Amino acid sequence: MTAFFHHLAYDFRTGLRDKTQMLMFYLFPLFFYAMMGLLMGKVNPGFLATMIPAMIVFAGMSSTLLALPGPVVSARENGVYRSFRINGVPAMNIVLIPMLGTILHMAVCAAIITLTAAPLFGAARPLPGRELAGVGVFLATSFCLAALGMLIGVISPNTRATVLYGQALYLPSIMLSGMMIPLDMLPKGLIPAALLFPGTHSMEAFRGAVMGLPTMVSPLLALLALLASGAIALGLAIYLFDWDSRPTGKPRAKALAALALLPFVVLAAGNWLSM
Amino acid sequence: MQSEVVLSVRNFRKKYGSVTAVDDLNFEVRRGEIYGLLGPNGAGKTSTLETLEGLRKPDGGSLNILGVDPTRQPQKLRNLIGVQLQSSGLPPMMTVEEAMQFFCAYHGVPARMDLIDRLGLIAKRRVQFSQLSTGLQRRLTLALAMAHRPQVLFLDEPTAGLDVPSRIELHELMAEIRAGGTTILLATHDMSEAEKMADRVAILLRGRIAAEGAPAQLTAAGSGLTKISVMSESNCLHASATAFPAVSQRLVKDEYAVFYSSHPGQTVPAILAYLEACGDALIDLRVERPSLEERFLEITQAN
Repeated sequence: MTAFFHHLAYDFRTGLRDKTQMLMFYLFPLFFYAMMGLLMGKVNPGFLATMIPAMIVFAGMSSTLLALPGPVVSARENGVYRSFRINGVPAMNIVLIPMLGTILHMAVCAAIITLTAAPLFGAARPLPGRELAGVGVFLATSFCLAALGMLIGVISPNTRATVLYGQALYLPSIMLSGMMIPLDMLPKGLIPAALLFPGTHSMEAFRGAVMGLPTMVSPLLALLALLASGAIALGLAIYLFDWDSRPTGKPRAKALAALALLPFVVLAAGNWLSM
Repeated sequence: MQSEVVLSVRNFRKKYGSVTAVDDLNFEVRRGEIYGLLGPNGAGKTSTLETLEGLRKPDGGSLNILGVDPTRQPQKLRNLIGVQLQSSGLPPMMTVEEAMQFFCAYHGVPARMDLIDRLGLIAKRRVQFSQLSTGLQRRLTLALAMAHRPQVLFLDEPTAGLDVPSRIELHELMAEIRAGGTTILLATHDMSEAEKMADRVAILLRGRIAAEGAPAQLTAAGSGLTKISVMSESNCLHASATAFPAVSQRLVKDEYAVFYSSHPGQTVPAILAYLEACGDALIDLRVERPSLEERFLEITQAN
């Protein structure tokens, strides 16, 4: 256990030392949050109703999909994992600890947003008595996103590929997941596409379970989809993890990794069939 | 009496697809000795080391370190061996102190700050790995490899890229480690390092041992020609056609007349007598036995 906590403490400190990680964990999401608070609140006052969850999900996606995978690839390429293996660091720790470290940074960022959004920008607060539900949705969201980020790191052959895979989830989520534009304002045909992304389910769960707003997907189903996707992504990251300088020796790794999005595909298909 | 065998490799084979990297390799390392693995690139050194370290699986044969099979019992192996990898192998932002705490925690031993001190890193304990010089990085990786007091230490090109004082210091340290009873398996391209440090060496060629033994034994088993280099004031040897006893080859290089002799005891007096006879004065005379490097080239060229 001591080794685990030494490792976690080191990983957390690296998030503060590494300028790129610091930028993606804190500076970029908090700057974006401040800009959105100053501008969007005036342009679209409806945005304030979901500003806190939207900015938490945005910060989470920056931390996990953009910041987490790169160092995984660099460590593998530089022989860090070989050195870890020789010294008895379990593969499980190598997969879990960067996820936990990132979740801790996400929690700090989420706390800053939650505590400041209402007094600074007049954002709506969670419904009284729904704070614990908020923590639960945050944990499910951060687990799912961190596991997906780690899976991207494990299957990517180089750091350029991590950017491609990360952006493939990140950019559509910004537009479609209900962070900027409410889901019910999207053209009907786009809603099943929006449901393919984890951000949409996080927003739906926050809206329904924490903010008391209407949703297009049951918050419970959205929460279950996040947990299931996170569990599949974590299992695949452990299975596909390779110590060596090449990304993974396992065949069809990328096709297998796509299975992590299966719970979202199921909900999207259900929505499409019911249209 | 020979000491206990701590590491043995029997009929070891390693293939990558259709390429055989190591083919029926056999050797033993005894407790407290420094055993050098030499060979050109692609000879199978790294494959052998990585399989012994438990990083790769063999395609045949058996490997044993202190009674432990590295393939089947990798966890048991971790506290028995220490490994200094050729590449950095450390996170760039990890400080010296953090690295020691991190690896010691995984080995279940208290952090060895005494080693950090002994290796001259105490003033740099809060410096990140990427900000250390190559020499200091090597010292740190060596300290980490030794931190849990392993019985067998694997050193892969330990002095590559180091300046002369750092090399000498690291050699002194290796000698100290060996004196403490630790067995060292040393993979190196540096023949002078192997000649100076190793008790026995194996020269690997195309995955097989081409020659094995103490460095002095190996060099003695070569062509046996001694190099005699002579510099004189008037250079009368340069143009001389006189046949000196036991000389099989002669040439002029950098102002020196160079002779390769099978019996230097006969050749040297004859050369000195010739110089005196032609009224020339001796400036410099060097008599050199073949080095391990020359023997290595002889073996690799012959194969």
